[in-house]
Amino acid sequence: MSDSDPHLHELNCQNIWAGFKQLVPISFFVVIFGLAFGLAATQAGLDNSSIIVMSTLVFAGASQFAALELWSVEVAIIPLAVTVFAINARHLLMGATLYPWLRQLPPTKRYTVMLVVSDANWAMSMQAFTRGEPAMGLLFGGGLALWSFWILGTWLGLYFGNAIQDPVSLGLDMVMGCFLLAMVVGGQKDFRMFIIWIVAAVSSLLAYWYLPPNSHVIVGALAGGILGAIWLEKKR
Amino acid sequence: MSIETTGYGPLIIILIMAVVTLATRWGGVFVMSFVPISYRVKQFISAMSGSVLIALLTPLAISGDNGARLALLTTAVTMLIVKKPLPAIAAGIIAAALFRQI
Repeated sequence: MSDSDPHLHELNCQNIWAGFKQLVPISFFVVIFGLAFGLAATQAGLDNSSIIVMSTLVFAGASQFAALELWSVEVAIIPLAVTVFAINARHLLMGATLYPWLRQLPPTKRYTVMLVVSDANWAMSMQAFTRGEPAMGLLFGGGLALWSFWILGTWLGLYFGNAIQDPVSLGLDMVMGCFLLAMVVGGQKDFRMFIIWIVAAVSSLLAYWYLPPNSHVIVGALAGGILGAIWLEKKR
Repeated sequence: MSIETTGYGPLIIILIMAVVTLATRWGGVFVMSFVPISYRVKQFISAMSGSVLIALLTPLAISGDNGARLALLTTAVTMLIVKKPLPAIAAGIIAAALFRQI
């Protein structure tokens, strides 16, 4: 993790466009997710413009699906806010993990980049940053790709959602899981990291079973992180 | 406290969701700007970045159906062999789809 290299956090049109293109293949799956969301939202009784506005402003699939579960004649605000916060709390961790590189940017750019942080662009740019490669364009451009394809998919779902009757039978619910796993497997692998992963896995499972819903991500991540802070890697 | 889903209601509900989500996107960066980045903090961050993924994936593997498990297994094995994410993801999805047709 060297953050003294000024090129690591460079942000310009070329690398934003390059990052955009790098995330286009994954965005194909995002379109299908968006399509499923558009369809589900229609079925939950939302009007078309609300659905598009939600995908544009919220841009966080899992929490949007959860909001549909709470949607009826009236929506209770506190349970909605808590649910959305809990599902999206992993963004807090993404921001924290990106901070060593983001802090090189002026605050306006820093918070603009964070507007489009999502699982896929975070995981890919984090991997690149850790390898010592520049990835700010990947983070921001890739985020813009995911965001625009998410809106496009949602819009398509309003009109063509019925084309995909059962996304689960096509394995489409596994896209994000498989993607994130590929990132884990492609990342740093050594004995220390392996033990950290085991601790993260066990504590997230315990939280999943015994603590309130959606707390498992935070619990597992913090457990792994704390172990990493106690058991330091030898300085290279 | 509830908001009716008529008139401007949906828009207000969506704005609340957007603000909460934005708080999660900005909050981590904001808090970290008050923490000095020592070697220990860096090690915490790098350990946490892998742990987030593990913490997301473990319950998925444990509570999911066999199609989900097969998808994850296929992705992991393909990733170890070809070391490219896209073929690994595609293989995982195809594995889940094929398994669920049976």
